[in-house]
Amino acid sequence: MNRKYLPLIATILVFLALFVIGGSMYRNFLSTLVLGNILADNSFIIIAAIGATFVILSGGIDLSIGSMIGFVGVCMAVLDSMGWHPLATAAVMICFGVLFGALQGYVIDAWDIQPFIVTLAGLFLLRGACFMVTLDSVPIRHDFVNAYASTSLPLPGRGVLRSSALVMLAALALAIFIAHFTRFGTNVYAVGGDQESARLMGVNIRRTKVGIYALAGFYSALAGVVYALYTSSGYPLAGSTLELSAIAAVVLGGTLLTGGVGMVAGTLFGGMILGLISTLIIFNGSLNSAWIMISSGILLFAFIVLHRFLVSSFDLRGSS
Amino acid sequence: MLDMVTATPPRVRMHAISKSFPGVRALDGVDFTLHPGEVHALLGENGAGKSTLIKILTGAAQRDGGTVLLDGSPVDFQTTGEAQAHGISTVYQEVNLIPAMSVTKNLALERVGGRFGIISWKKARELARSRLARLGLDIDVEQPVGSYSVAVQQLVAIARALEDGTKVLVLDEPTASLDALETETLFRVIRDLKVQGIAIVFITHFLEQVFAICDRITVLRNGRLVGTATTPELDRHSLISMMIGRELGQVEAAFAAKSDVEPGRAKLVAKGLGRKRLLKPFDLTLHAGEVVGLAGLLGSGRTETAKMIFGALKRDSGDLTVDGRDMRGASPRRSLDAGIAFCPEDRKTEGLVGELSIRENIMLSMQAKSGWLRQMPRREQERLAAEMIKALAIATPDAEKPVNQLSGGNQQKVVLARALASQPGILILDEPTRGIDVGAHAEIIILIRKLCAQGLALLVASSELDEVVAASDRVVVLRDRQKVKELSGSEIDRDTIICVIAGEYDCQE
Amino acid sequence: MTARNNISALVGRLGRHRAIWPLLALVLILIVDVIISPNFFEIRIVEGRLFGNVIDILYRAVPTALVALGMAVVIGTKGIDLSVGSTIAICGAVIAWRIQAGDPHLVILFLALGVGMLCGAWNGFLVAGLGIQPIIATLILMVSGRGIGLLINQIYGGTDPSFESALLQGMSTGSSGYIPNRLFLAAGLFILLWLAIRRTALGLFIEAVGGNAAAANLAGINARLITFLAYVVCALLTAWAGVILTADTHTSDPVSVAMYIELDAILAVVIGGGSLAGGRIHLGMTVVGALVIQTLTTSILISGLPPEYNLIIKALVVLLVLFLQSGKARASLGRLIVRRSK
Repeated sequence: MNRKYLPLIATILVFLALFVIGGSMYRNFLSTLVLGNILADNSFIIIAAIGATFVILSGGIDLSIGSMIGFVGVCMAVLDSMGWHPLATAAVMICFGVLFGALQGYVIDAWDIQPFIVTLAGLFLLRGACFMVTLDSVPIRHDFVNAYASTSLPLPGRGVLRSSALVMLAALALAIFIAHFTRFGTNVYAVGGDQESARLMGVNIRRTKVGIYALAGFYSALAGVVYALYTSSGYPLAGSTLELSAIAAVVLGGTLLTGGVGMVAGTLFGGMILGLISTLIIFNGSLNSAWIMISSGILLFAFIVLHRFLVSSFDLRGSS
Repeated sequence: MLDMVTATPPRVRMHAISKSFPGVRALDGVDFTLHPGEVHALLGENGAGKSTLIKILTGAAQRDGGTVLLDGSPVDFQTTGEAQAHGISTVYQEVNLIPAMSVTKNLALERVGGRFGIISWKKARELARSRLARLGLDIDVEQPVGSYSVAVQQLVAIARALEDGTKVLVLDEPTASLDALETETLFRVIRDLKVQGIAIVFITHFLEQVFAICDRITVLRNGRLVGTATTPELDRHSLISMMIGRELGQVEAAFAAKSDVEPGRAKLVAKGLGRKRLLKPFDLTLHAGEVVGLAGLLGSGRTETAKMIFGALKRDSGDLTVDGRDMRGASPRRSLDAGIAFCPEDRKTEGLVGELSIRENIMLSMQAKSGWLRQMPRREQERLAAEMIKALAIATPDAEKPVNQLSGGNQQKVVLARALASQPGILILDEPTRGIDVGAHAEIIILIRKLCAQGLALLVASSELDEVVAASDRVVVLRDRQKVKELSGSEIDRDTIICVIAGEYDCQE
Repeated sequence: MTARNNISALVGRLGRHRAIWPLLALVLILIVDVIISPNFFEIRIVEGRLFGNVIDILYRAVPTALVALGMAVVIGTKGIDLSVGSTIAICGAVIAWRIQAGDPHLVILFLALGVGMLCGAWNGFLVAGLGIQPIIATLILMVSGRGIGLLINQIYGGTDPSFESALLQGMSTGSSGYIPNRLFLAAGLFILLWLAIRRTALGLFIEAVGGNAAAANLAGINARLITFLAYVVCALLTAWAGVILTADTHTSDPVSVAMYIELDAILAVVIGGGSLAGGRIHLGMTVVGALVIQTLTTSILISGLPPEYNLIIKALVVLLVLFLQSGKARASLGRLIVRRSK
């Protein structure tokens, strides 16, 4: 069995274990209803995390995700108040996300500045732009919002896949396709695995990096659209510290922060683990949100140490 | 067969190639030709210019002077992509593949892709399998390439390098990590490629392999062409001589004054020092006022021996005593405290901290010795730096410049300065004269001789055989990570050492 | 022709001194301030205390500057510490808890500092001991630290973690003579840090380890120990910032205290000339970097621009400074200028 699947398997096992633990603690937990709710509530995080997965696979990082979500939300709300159809604004904002991401990728490669710093500036720029658009929450009133909210796919049992979850699954499918069935996706893994070798093998590093951050911008913007429609409002503080949750979801999903190893599919499970933890803690009335943060930290620690020793045992310089 | 090969017009003709980097002349008027269907060995010690020549051929670097002709027409590759498009491919020593990716993906990277860049993995897998089959390799192409042995990785890299229309294949140290069986497999592949008319450049330091597979041999030394010959024309002895011998001259004058001082007491005694897979256990004793040379070819274990004695490389077995004290748990700091100093071979990765100033680099070990609390007063630092700069003739107007702004040779001197600054009783040097011009050689040797007269024990690992011969009171010869023989007094001469390295019998003449 | 060459040579030489840019940025911002508001530098004395924009900037910059100094040390070892905000949250929670429990306030101060150093030791253990990449290692405490703070808040069952402390509040918001106490505190800590870094060999060792750990090891330096210590020092300075911030609000608010302080601190270090790739520590310029950030915030406030502009302008200034510091960027700008003038 391929060793590279180990982190993903660990993730899925943890997810199942948590689900089963929940089932043993609470009646009605092991149901598609709970599953469907977790998916719906966390769709936007997972979508953003999918974009972050590409960036992290290439060995970079994107801190501007959360701010993009906020910015997209407030723009959608404002344009809605001017009579635009939400789908039209969604299209515009997604284009913006792609361009903004591409710009970040270009600055990172052309000026040789660390991704951390460039996307940090991006975080500030977008968050500031949020406040310039509006200081308060603005509702989205278009009829489309209701139509969107009532769209759902029934699951066996009492569960339902809501529209956010459907969008997320479609986005995931697209990401899996890009990552594993296109030249670009292979290049992403190559750049993250060993940038120098990739360059020597003929990969255009500049084009790949710009593409990666543009893709991340696409997904962040999409996450912003989903969030705005889900909350039917645009809120300038939306998405604060979300980049953190996204990165945690990626790591919990089995992707190494050093790049080159990991799968987009894992991010789905990573995000659901985060959602499960929240749900478990909320179900348990006596624990509170502090435990969500602490258990996320403990899980992260476990995964990071696991990854660290996987990598050193990976010693991918052959057996000598 | 060979005559047939060289009778055809050359595939590649490089003429009068020169290339300089700041402070060092990497190549000086080198000629190199390649015929279709020949296996051409390119030999030379580190710093000889092999990699620079290859980089120019494959487009990874640009030449300063000379011409490169491919099939008779001049070419000037700006990128490796261009060279590849013209049929010149390279397989590097580090096997530049992506370890975490599958074999299929590594072979498909930037080579496979349908419309919109969509990849059909079924086709990619078939392609991978057929390419590998051509090399006689049958493996699971879905496993990460890094999970296979280096031998297999190399064949995968070769499979990737071989496109339809490949004319020249450069193999850079392909057998460095292979065992005998794997090497034979590789040779079979190479012979198949020969028949197909592909010209192969074979860079290696394993001389037996050169004689086993190569048609012609080119030897470089210090950026210059020593000579090109067909394999039958050379034997081991003359080949080694070409590689590491050199005309004595200015250097010998400095050595002429080799003292007849009796070696003093034993300062360092090593018994059975060894480490699995890196060094077979060896004994070594260093006496005050004595110079011991470590001779051997690349890969013989010179650096490992030096580092192990300094405590930078942990040992599995053996004891080390310095001035009577047992050096258990050896570490660089403990060695410094015991009076041992070390100059590493690679100044860039292990020797100097680039952004720090010359002064800071020089006093770093002294400061490490005295601990973090007792900071060396600035004035003393400056005095020390000035003293060292003068003693070693380091060419710099200013000790505050970052050391990475110095030329290679001067950087090497700074490394030496740091070691000497701690006034060691035992000094270990690994390739101290690499990249230093001949004049500076002599200065440094004279300085070190003076210190030896004052009781310094010196261990020098070097590929410059004539300096080893001229400077050493004893010579330890290494081969294949094992101490083979120790020579002293009149036994020390170039021919004897070459003979021992070559593994010939009855070397005492 | 020669004039242009001379100027470009001068700019080139100046540009290589990274210290120029933060000072230049600060001066430029202050100039713009004076233009917008001519009495920018006015200082008044009200109720025995100094008041004025300059005082305000210095006052508010203290917590960020302290964290930035600690961050500079860690960045010097080629590391980074994302958990500083969480460390502050934990320290604040400990303070509120022990005050409720009735401990002497001086003891509580040392306890808070000790807890901070413990956080640093944790990070140091992960990075130096387990060899985990700093950005990942410190992420763990970043994610869970505020939760730990919340937990501590609940130990004494109180829903109201606010407190009164003459000692702590005096340090944070009080003043001696006309000058706010925290400025004395910050100056004192800066001097202590400077002595530790520049008057012992620690600074040299840190810069050596960050510049080339392998070479540092061969030179006899214990790279792992130095790296570990760097994280402890950073956490200690962060704990001081936590004391100041917590005492300022007289409450423990683990969720929102020091939000984004790690980002501001990293920015301050980078503006101050530090490189995320390790090496030289610029203590003084890091403080200037923190002042630049704070001055920007204050300037936007007085300029009458809505505070929402704060983040955008901050981002643009940061990008500008980074652009100027980036050799590659300067080179392409140079080429652009040359082409235009042809």
